[in-house]
Amino acid sequence: MDINSSPEAIQKGIRKALVVFGVLLVLTVLTVAISRVDLGTMNLPVGLAIATIKASLVGAYFMHLISEKQLIFSVLILSAVFFLAMLGLPLWTNADPIALN
Amino acid sequence: MDIPYTVQPRPDTGLYNAKLGIWLFLASEVMLFGGLFSAYVLLRVNDPNWPEGSQYLDYRWAFLNTIFLITSSVTVILAWAGVLEGNLKKFRINLGITLLLSFGFLVIKYIEYTAKFHHGYFPSTNNFLGIYFTMTGLHGLHVVGGIIVFLYFIGPGAKMFHTNQQRFANRIETVGLYWHFVDLVWIFLFPIYYLL
Repeated sequence: MDINSSPEAIQKGIRKALVVFGVLLVLTVLTVAISRVDLGTMNLPVGLAIATIKASLVGAYFMHLISEKQLIFSVLILSAVFFLAMLGLPLWTNADPIALN
Repeated sequence: MDIPYTVQPRPDTGLYNAKLGIWLFLASEVMLFGGLFSAYVLLRVNDPNWPEGSQYLDYRWAFLNTIFLITSSVTVILAWAGVLEGNLKKFRINLGITLLLSFGFLVIKYIEYTAKFHHGYFPSTNNFLGIYFTMTGLHGLHVVGGIIVFLYFIGPGAKMFHTNQQRFANRIETVGLYWHFVDLVWIFLFPIYYLL
């Protein structure tokens, strides 16, 4: 959007942001509520799944990634690959039976 | 010489330069926080006695801070919309609310940190507290950075609204992207330290 966007388009954008805001609030309450319930080993993955959904909503709608230019995706994909490598390599080393001896 | 493409999108990227610039910066931020998240995972999976967050932290403060940050993300969008509509008052009110919420976040963080120190809990106490203080401290510094930029735009920086409204709107969109990222990082910090 720019300053030449129609008032209707700007209002539509605001309404969308407010809906996402409402969903984020509900998911925040849900995160806390679920963490109070003992799901055993499932508490962690469920909590992280809700956080990922919330982060995706922020990225998609607040940061407009849902309608962004290709170049930005290319940059972010590169970041994501390195991030996963950074997360995975230490854990891989950690799981190495030789290194553990 | 003027910086090119501050208003019009550059033909080959389809983006005005500041937008590409902030995304490159955010990509580097993903790596910065990514390294720390990686450290957190490694510490946690290797420690059979990893404590429950509730042993040291009160989730109610962090819950309130989550609400503050999510709400401030929306008010930044409303401030940007104010500039797009040519409504300086709407911009100022919403950026003002954003600032109040960001200060509120820092006040709560201050209360939390001082309570920890009062109880003798320091970064050196154990790995949990070490990585907790490192990550939330770095995140807090990002909040401080956002506050400095917001103060500039609500104060002297707002002059540009009258001289080049589109460029000013782009600046607010850019700082908004940064702020949403700060919100996004907190969305993960909240559950991994306080709840799970």
